[in-house]
Amino acid sequence: MALTEQELRTLDYEPDTGGHFGDYGGRYVSETLMAALNELDQSYKKLKNDPDFQCEFDTDLASFVGRPSPLYHADRWSKAISGAQIYFKREDLNHTGAHKINNTIGQALLAKYSGKPRVIAETGAGQHGVASATVAARLGLECVVYMGAEDIERQSPNVYRMKLLGATVVPVESGSRTLKDALSEAMRDWVTNVDDTFYIIGTVAGPAPYPQLVRDFNAVVGREVKWQSKEIFGKYPDALVACVGGGSNAIGLFYPFLREAEVAIYGVEAAGRGLSTNEHAAPLCSGRPGVLHGAKTYLMDNNDGQIAHTHSVSAGLDYPGVGPEHAYLKDIGRANYVGATDEEALAAFHEVSQVEGIIPALETAHALAYTKKLAASMRSDQTIVCNMSGRGDKDIFTVAKMEGISLT
Amino acid sequence: MSYTRIQQRMEVLKTSGRKALIPYIVAGDPALTVTVPAMHAIVEAGADIIELGMPFSDPFADGPVNQRGAERAINSGTTLADVLKAVSEFRNDDCDTPIVLMGYLNPVIAMGEAIFCEAAAAAGVDGLLIVDMPPEEEGALVQSAKMAGLDLIYLAAPTTTDERLQIIGKATSGYLYYVSLKGITGSSKLDTASVSKRVVHMRQHVTVPICVGFGIRTAQDAAAISSTADGSIVGTVLVSQVEELVDQPEKIPSALKAILEPMRQAMDANG
Repeated sequence: MALTEQELRTLDYEPDTGGHFGDYGGRYVSETLMAALNELDQSYKKLKNDPDFQCEFDTDLASFVGRPSPLYHADRWSKAISGAQIYFKREDLNHTGAHKINNTIGQALLAKYSGKPRVIAETGAGQHGVASATVAARLGLECVVYMGAEDIERQSPNVYRMKLLGATVVPVESGSRTLKDALSEAMRDWVTNVDDTFYIIGTVAGPAPYPQLVRDFNAVVGREVKWQSKEIFGKYPDALVACVGGGSNAIGLFYPFLREAEVAIYGVEAAGRGLSTNEHAAPLCSGRPGVLHGAKTYLMDNNDGQIAHTHSVSAGLDYPGVGPEHAYLKDIGRANYVGATDEEALAAFHEVSQVEGIIPALETAHALAYTKKLAASMRSDQTIVCNMSGRGDKDIFTVAKMEGISLT
Repeated sequence: MSYTRIQQRMEVLKTSGRKALIPYIVAGDPALTVTVPAMHAIVEAGADIIELGMPFSDPFADGPVNQRGAERAINSGTTLADVLKAVSEFRNDDCDTPIVLMGYLNPVIAMGEAIFCEAAAAAGVDGLLIVDMPPEEEGALVQSAKMAGLDLIYLAAPTTTDERLQIIGKATSGYLYYVSLKGITGSSKLDTASVSKRVVHMRQHVTVPICVGFGIRTAQDAAAISSTADGSIVGTVLVSQVEELVDQPEKIPSALKAILEPMRQAMDANG
């Protein structure tokens, strides 16, 4: 399945008309959703090239999000590792503290331009819910966020944030009461209320055209890195590293570099308590192809095809599937997918906080853990760009609790 | 080409001027031991075809009632192989009633499409309805189902365009399952007049019988729907009943029968 370098340089990396990336992606949904997805596909195709839409998107990214986000040289950490030069793409400095806002603005603008006054979203840790509630408030749209009841208990500050922003948070009691169940519930709402409702999906998973449009909105990250790296160190980076749950921050960084075959690409999945245990969330590293939430992709299931319960210290990576484009990039050999355990991520979380003065999100800490390993194996004239996808303020309670520290 | 058991049943109904009553239950809900007796009771109540749910952990096209049914089945240890075993056991005493397995694609992929279709046909299954496999995504399963002589039943919705209806009409065999509501299974509003109008319209594009499901709860609903459609599919109200009797599973077969009998009578009184 792996392609040659020449092939990798000339592929267009676009899905076919049915939204397939190779064998993956597509629209594995009930007929009840087909019309809504086709409508979304049409309106996205139209608006993608609409100058008013693009202008409003770019303006919001600049003045509401604070783009471009800096490309920062983690000088002390690079020296400490004594390998490649490490740069952080500072998505953690965005409004709401993560890359999520890039695509939620894009999707909320699609809702606005399609005349849908109500938006819904699913959320795991609450980051996507907060980002959706934020843009809904900004655009004057009604916002309903579905969140697993268990996640609501674990992430009460984010629940309160969403409420402050005027959103309604609906607890989901079915299944494992976490992200995948919230996603199912949001799809149900969408099927029922499709006439006036836009579904803001949180990642590059789900049925077509979501993986493509979420990628396109997030690709601003990689486009900035392209010119920033030329400006700062005079060439493209030798390697890109990003964490992969559903995979939106990763694909946003990777996509503009896919044809630059000399740039190595690493997606880091949550290896939880270890890839050899069943307690992880790493479908690309140790899952298999199947169909979940409307797309064919790598996923974690048992022998009978039932979706597995996943584990990760990071709620944002705790998902049994992954965006179909990542599945494709794995199979054709364009990107490498590796794992970082809870323990490795926590070590990186502390190290980067202390050495660089940046508290990373636990999701991001997985990318940092692998970046450290990779940097150590490279020369000091080489560079790595690691996507600092989110800030860790939201995680300090989780980390403190694990270390037996009470903050109240 | 030989008639399948579903096609034969539909022919017989048509000739006798009757409509199909198609109940849905989840295999293994709340335990596999209840499933076969429940299927026989359903047939005694006048069912023409049984839709048997293959439980899946993430059934996003279903409502909460059917999802809980699937969860109970999975928790009781029901596997896809067990579902086929139940069909086989049912066939020991009933060789006439067509059985359609309804579910999601991932468990089928996990077993392997070809292995699944052969095993299903051998067990006595007549048709498959895979909720998350629209005609655009048909792959290995379609070929395998055809080889095994299984009907593939597709869904149509109120939002389905005429263009897609033609594609679906060509792909579907046995019957077409019209999802009468825009919502999920078990939604509450059912507008029988608009369903009838829609069924009449769909007949321009679809030659197979059209059966209607989602939202049929009462004998009146079933009768009203089948005045124009070729059959009424009844699911959520049965799964709800199973849920109520979860601690007295021995009562489930007769309780399901008690719900279906008045539906059968009301539907037959129509003609």
